[in-house]
Amino acid sequence: MDTTNSGYVGKSVPRANARRLLQGRGTYVDDLRLPRLAHVVFFRSPHAHARLRKLDLAAARTMPGVIAVVDGAALAPYCKPWVGVLGHLKGIKSPPQHAIAIGRACWQGEAVAAVVAETREQAEDALEKIEAEWEELPVVVEMKDALSGRRVIHQELGDNICFKRELDTGAVDEAFAKADIVVEETYDFGRHTGVTLEPRSILADYNAAEHTLTVYHATQTPHMMQDIFSRHLDIPEGNVRVIAKDVGGSFGIKVHVYADEMAAAALSVMLRRPVKFVADRLESFISDIHAREHTATVRLACSKEGDILAFDLDDLTGIGPYSVYPRTSGIEGNQVVNLTGGPYKHQQYRAKMHVVFTNKNVTCQYRAVGHPIAVAITEAIVDLAAAKLGMDPAEFRRRNLVPDDAYPYTFPSGLKFEKLSHHQALDRLLELMDYKALRTEQAALRAKGVYRGIGLAAMIEVTNPSPAFYGVGGARISSQDGATLRFEPTGTITCLVSVTEQGQGTEGAFAQVAASALGVSIDRVRVVTGDTAVTPYGGGTWASRGAGIGGEAVLQAGKVLRERILEVASAILKTDKSELDIASDEIVSKVSGEPRLELSELGRVAYFRPDTLPMDFQSQLMVTRHYTPRSYGFTFTNGIQASLVEVDADTGAVTLLKHWCVEDCGTVINPMLVDEQIRGGIAQGIGAALYEECLYSPEGQLLNGNLADYLLPMAGEMPDIIVAHVTTPTQTSELGAKGAGEAGTAGAPAAVMNAINDALAPFGARVTAQPFTPERILRALGKVS
Amino acid sequence: MKAPPFAYVRARSLGEVFDLLEHHGESARLLAGGQSLLASLNMRLAAPELLIDITHIAELSGIEVRGRKIRIGALATHAEIQRSAEIARHLPLLSQAAPHIAHVAIRNVGTFGGSLAHADPAAEWPACCVVLDAQFVLRSRAGTRRVAAREFFQGLYATALRPNEILAQVEVAATGTNWRSAFVELSRRRGDYATVGVAALARKSARGVLSDLRVAFLGVGPAPALARASMAALEGKRVSADTIAAAGEALGQDLEPSADLHAAASTKLHLARVITGRALTALAA
Repeated sequence: MDTTNSGYVGKSVPRANARRLLQGRGTYVDDLRLPRLAHVVFFRSPHAHARLRKLDLAAARTMPGVIAVVDGAALAPYCKPWVGVLGHLKGIKSPPQHAIAIGRACWQGEAVAAVVAETREQAEDALEKIEAEWEELPVVVEMKDALSGRRVIHQELGDNICFKRELDTGAVDEAFAKADIVVEETYDFGRHTGVTLEPRSILADYNAAEHTLTVYHATQTPHMMQDIFSRHLDIPEGNVRVIAKDVGGSFGIKVHVYADEMAAAALSVMLRRPVKFVADRLESFISDIHAREHTATVRLACSKEGDILAFDLDDLTGIGPYSVYPRTSGIEGNQVVNLTGGPYKHQQYRAKMHVVFTNKNVTCQYRAVGHPIAVAITEAIVDLAAAKLGMDPAEFRRRNLVPDDAYPYTFPSGLKFEKLSHHQALDRLLELMDYKALRTEQAALRAKGVYRGIGLAAMIEVTNPSPAFYGVGGARISSQDGATLRFEPTGTITCLVSVTEQGQGTEGAFAQVAASALGVSIDRVRVVTGDTAVTPYGGGTWASRGAGIGGEAVLQAGKVLRERILEVASAILKTDKSELDIASDEIVSKVSGEPRLELSELGRVAYFRPDTLPMDFQSQLMVTRHYTPRSYGFTFTNGIQASLVEVDADTGAVTLLKHWCVEDCGTVINPMLVDEQIRGGIAQGIGAALYEECLYSPEGQLLNGNLADYLLPMAGEMPDIIVAHVTTPTQTSELGAKGAGEAGTAGAPAAVMNAINDALAPFGARVTAQPFTPERILRALGKVS
Repeated sequence: MKAPPFAYVRARSLGEVFDLLEHHGESARLLAGGQSLLASLNMRLAAPELLIDITHIAELSGIEVRGRKIRIGALATHAEIQRSAEIARHLPLLSQAAPHIAHVAIRNVGTFGGSLAHADPAAEWPACCVVLDAQFVLRSRAGTRRVAAREFFQGLYATALRPNEILAQVEVAATGTNWRSAFVELSRRRGDYATVGVAALARKSARGVLSDLRVAFLGVGPAPALARASMAALEGKRVSADTIAAAGEALGQDLEPSADLHAAASTKLHLARVITGRALTALAA
């Protein structure tokens, strides 16, 4: 966007919806009350893998308030099963999944029956009366066991391999043969989940008279869900309306098709009344998608001068018993292959990756999909190489980062980068943190027995994806978004956008772009999102795409509407359009800036007295524009993070002292929103690095599925997070905005990991398994066995 | 999840509590701060038929100093104890431990008596009461009896409380000016249940010699217990690297930690030794 006329773009404008949310006037799904509303709860398998010998629902049916108690077979006629595969992930396979499992449960928490009652309490009371007789089946819990295929979860698939991919630039072995230095290490990543403040929620309201389905849904993708409900419940698309009012955090959790949510919608059709399902916290842990369970071995070849020659990766990831629909559970592993080694200029790369089925909860895309794994293994092995060479890790990175003048650049995995700024970002970071002073202080403190570590993590990040991400694979997931801007009679603007608001402030950013494009004050712009019956069609919120894609649609619609407004002004004022402009909510003379006409007066004439305008003039004060990124598969961003930690060598405790992030998301629409996105993302990344892990027993039982035992990062443990930007607007759009939502999460675990290992360096100890718990650190130090 | 249906009575007197307990027996539960009870109800881990709210019974509340004796009502909240100048003056160990109890919101509502009667093995107050040699005042229709903290805690969530009996208050002798106390706790995050914690109290002579040393742990066993071997190793000695090592060594006899989600038994023993050293150093400071 032209910076001389950028208006609100680049300013930290407080978002309009913050006041409403802070006053408790948000409308979440659970706030809705409809006549004849019924509540559904689910009977979930207590076993990781078991055949249902007998399910006795009779006693539950006689309980007070119960409307229906249904098993998978009873619901099956109302909802077609689905298969989570995509055409462009060659060979990916997964069995059909039903809204309620039929006859067999494949993870602890998979629902096999539903109870619908007048109240949630009554439904839960009745749930306790369901009696099930289970025949436990052999479980596959460990990824390596899954890969071995000794026990196969889905016999009809032949093995436990959902998807595999290999990539080879051809001369990797030669690069390793001629390398002066080869480093290799294996990294483990604990499975974790994205805990949203508002749990998954859905209220489905089927109207039999109209054969229409209205779904109030805590979702990131109203249009995708409209399509899904239409096809799987057999209701014409036009008869399905999905409304996402306020959504209390998503992080990718609310972008998937969940069996229990489909069951709630199917039950509404079956029972011909509104049905609500709100996951409670305990069932969220066993039914919200998990993510990130990986074991990755990486080798890096390097010359003695310090030039990285090649990366070699072998990644194994376990996804639970089903590939999640419709995005598949193959994408995270695929991203690890795509992104490993991403910031560096080596030319040789080989990767092997297996995605395997296990009897644990399903995994799928969660904030920064694959990036935290790829960045961690890349940055850890890069540090190891630098250490072996005796080079400072910052200098080693400077030597190997793709130069800022090398773009457009094609990475060995085939990804194309439009324009990145690794070196500017590195320089800015080192200056911001005063890297040299920190190293001096670190050395001085070590002498006193205080072990501090400094960790760096360079990263690249997928944002603004084109149809190459899902569309080409056959998924009905839109990579384009649309915006409609309507000029109202009083001179205000209604802005309807297909990108949704999850609490991240997207609506505020759109208001800034619209107001700037039109020349009106921001309080005149009202943004509406999250209703398939109201907004243009679009993809929604995921893959750091909302501001970049939705924002560009708003900008383009705004530019056209500005012209349309000026045409009306020209007709009213009988002045040539080229002599007029809009500034500060008025039509002004372009040259002198002299006010000519209030926008409210323009609206009055356009809508109520068009008879006063020339006979051949018709005002057109509503404009829709769509935008799809096309030039690149993804609009990559880059950045670099740093972490400063102190490790207590006696207790293994890690204290986070400070964290820095310099990233380049192109045009920054609202610095406050972007910085808070980065900080929130870093907190989630720190959660992965230090705290969060879904712990499973050898029997496949989740051991810590509650907020007392599953440790989320809390404010008390968070360091100050310093955020700065390098700004390289993408040339693929006029707005120039790239995504910013996932960068924090992508790089934080790597930075913390490297900082801890830097602190442990005097002991010759390293940790490689996330989360880096005190016990794991003590083991690395040899203080406990 | 929603709590299963239950009845609720706000009791106005201890007599009424005794009536209700006699009438309803095991199906009734006392409700004070509710910080553990209500969570277990909402998770349907407990399904009492009746909750007897005791929070309006005046004689169970307050902190009172009578000479050298401090009486802490069962309804005193963690926050009240944390803020109390009297507690800071007479029982500094409790002031040191209070900030480790969960988070501010919980400390504002959760009660001293509730925590003690619940007897969570990772709770702070039980270990403090053991080292302070506190007397628990238990009341029932049959009368009042006093039980020493060391006898009160009998195992995992198990106490000397009889059915129909209520923990009314706790009496503790003030620790004098020549006493030193320390409380050290390790947890994964601030406010989490302790991975391991230690409460320590000793008389310190002008020459730095410790006597009447009492050390008790939380988070390492079913109930807080005095670390007698370790205490014996230190009795009449000054804190030094050698005595800390000896005390740590002796902990092997005192503790039989069981593993939890965050630490193996051997890790807990290691951490217990580390914090014992830190607590002793603090006592000697």
